[in-house]
Amino acid sequence: MNRRTVLALAVGAALLASGCTGTGGTSKGADAEAPDDPAKVDGTITVLTHRTDLVQDGTMKKYAAEFNKTYPKVKVEFEGLTDYEGEVKIRMNTKNYGDVLMIPAVIEKKDYPKFFASLGTQAERSKKYRFTDYSTVQGKVYGQSPIGVVPGFVYNKKVWSAAGVTDWPTTPAEFLDGLKAIKAKSDAVPYYTNFKDMWPLTQWTHVNGSVGCDTRATTRLAEGNPWAEGADLRVGDQLLYDIVHSDLIEKDPTTTNWEASKPRLAKGEIATMWLGSWAIVQMRDAAKQAGTDPADIGFMPFPAQKNGTFCAVTSPDYQQAVNVNSDHKAAARAWIDWFTDKSGYADANLALSPLKDAPLPDVLKPYEEAGVKLLDIDDTKGAEVKSIDNQSEVGIYKPDYRQDLVDLARGARKGSLDDFLTGLGEKWTEAQQNLGS
Amino acid sequence: MTDTTRKAARPVPPAAPAGPTPPTAARRPRRWRGVTPWLFLIAPLVLLIAFTYAPIVNMVAYSFTDWDGVSPELRYTGAENYAELFTRPELFEVFFVSGYYLAASVVQIAAALYFATVLSFNVRFRNFFKGVLFFPYLINGVAIGFVFLYFFQDGGTLDAILSLFGYDGDRAWLGTPASANVSLAGVSVWRYMGLNFVLFLGAIQSIPGELYEAAELDGANRWQQFRHIIAPGIRPVLSLSVILSVSGSLSVFEIPYIMTGGATGTETFVIQTVKLAFQFNKTGLASAAAVVLLLIILAVTWVQRRLVPDDKVDLV
Repeated sequence: MNRRTVLALAVGAALLASGCTGTGGTSKGADAEAPDDPAKVDGTITVLTHRTDLVQDGTMKKYAAEFNKTYPKVKVEFEGLTDYEGEVKIRMNTKNYGDVLMIPAVIEKKDYPKFFASLGTQAERSKKYRFTDYSTVQGKVYGQSPIGVVPGFVYNKKVWSAAGVTDWPTTPAEFLDGLKAIKAKSDAVPYYTNFKDMWPLTQWTHVNGSVGCDTRATTRLAEGNPWAEGADLRVGDQLLYDIVHSDLIEKDPTTTNWEASKPRLAKGEIATMWLGSWAIVQMRDAAKQAGTDPADIGFMPFPAQKNGTFCAVTSPDYQQAVNVNSDHKAAARAWIDWFTDKSGYADANLALSPLKDAPLPDVLKPYEEAGVKLLDIDDTKGAEVKSIDNQSEVGIYKPDYRQDLVDLARGARKGSLDDFLTGLGEKWTEAQQNLGS
Repeated sequence: MTDTTRKAARPVPPAAPAGPTPPTAARRPRRWRGVTPWLFLIAPLVLLIAFTYAPIVNMVAYSFTDWDGVSPELRYTGAENYAELFTRPELFEVFFVSGYYLAASVVQIAAALYFATVLSFNVRFRNFFKGVLFFPYLINGVAIGFVFLYFFQDGGTLDAILSLFGYDGDRAWLGTPASANVSLAGVSVWRYMGLNFVLFLGAIQSIPGELYEAAELDGANRWQQFRHIIAPGIRPVLSLSVILSVSGSLSVFEIPYIMTGGATGTETFVIQTVKLAFQFNKTGLASAAAVVLLLIILAVTWVQRRLVPDDKVDLV
């Protein structure tokens, strides 16, 4: 054997060995049952979370201390991950992904039983909790979101009323007129896109359901064309297009800055942003820091009404789940139950509680008073929508197509809105057929 | 080891006397001599295979599957991913963006060559300027992305500087596809010129000094010295730089990804691949795209080597 052969063989062997690295998956589908006697549960559990801010400022430790009053033998440790999705996705190729974690968006619903332990049947859990069908596979629930959010426009009340708009606009046209009045009467940026930070643009998908006031909105995405004439997403995208096209946005969307936009909205330099109810707390904090009145931060629903009432869809945040490989499933389950029911996390975030009988948070009082109907959307087809979304590469939960939409509207991209939306619809329906066959 | 070196250091008698010396004693040092380089090579080879070739093989393997990057199940789909890639021409449209970076790399190499030549002669503050030119290459690419976002902001640093010179400083530099790509390519010139510069400088300094002296005695000016001594002297490094910048232009990633995320027509092939893999969970298809990019770069390099063969430099 000459040297070259030896080298080639060595490399070849190493490569063959590496080529065989399989992804060994478990198909257990175990249950994480709620413990009967809190005093008997023990073990150390690790909770993976995306709330790095709460881990750093000690809030999470306080929750753990509170939890220990009921479950003295359980030790809770936290791991805050900055790039939560990216890191957890890779860790999920191993068995070591904490005891309690938030279900990353990348995991397909049908794979939930392989990665997570069940929390119980949907029939039983849905009596008490919202959002159970978001993680139900074959009748069993695998995750529970500790908070729910409602979409809406976060706006500066002072700026809007100075422009002469005191009532919430009820149609997209009225809304546009409101923004135009703001542009004419003040120096404020009527609408801020957060184009560069991307994710705020994905919030526009939560328009779905708010326009048609239909609890089957997600099912309609799975079965029809979301950009058909009059469909919810088309109405939302049309409004975004019109806002940008009428030049009612910041001057240079490509260098926007989310963190800096919060105090600017509080000070009235920005009038409006389409976000979710979760943003109100952050805006009020920004107002406090900027020395303006937190009460100026308002929240209004999408300008569309069905039979004279506004609608707003409720949707869950990240859902907590138990690692199927965990050695302390009872302790992990105890944490999830306690965190959802008793921690007060939802109140602290001024968010919608996942408990069905809990009262609405203060921030949604205006919604309650104005009779905005909160819709718990049926998510049985949610997994299918995600598959179609990935298959078609449209990305309704990704920023790309809305960035293109904004570029189109401000003339940085050639084409017409109709062609653009028709193209999206074609991709979508084609993927639908491919998956169906 | 000591055994080998001692034996090797000792002069071998020209003709071994026909004695009772067993043949194995003479063979052993020779066999060890064959093994020794491999002992030294073990560490780098293991690292190279584990972190370069094994991942490539894995990537090629994934490119024949429909893996989504996380699911425990993956299905072998044959050449389906490749077929899909080549039946979707829009996936290759993003290569037009590389044109901006190719044009920029011409500027980059020219500037690096100019500075390297100037600074290889006796210039005041020579070392200071060398440092200034090389410095950008040392900064982390992510940091550069963020710094330049502020730089290009409307009313940002660039606008402020331009307004000092009387230009109306109020532009959205990243606003349209053309200006965004030019701006981003400018950042990449700023960042990578230092590397080319250092390579050229090293090559120029390896040219023997007598050549310049002789040329000066013959009355050659700086341009003639450059034309007839420096340029031919650094030809191998020059062609290497061209190859690096062409393959770099085809696989631009971090600067546009951090600064614009591929929005407004700045998407490059690698950004598109990353989006396929991590946004739409098509790891299989993305792996196929990565393999195709690798093959394209290999092909381009091969063509270049054919056009500009690596001649041996012979100045004297």
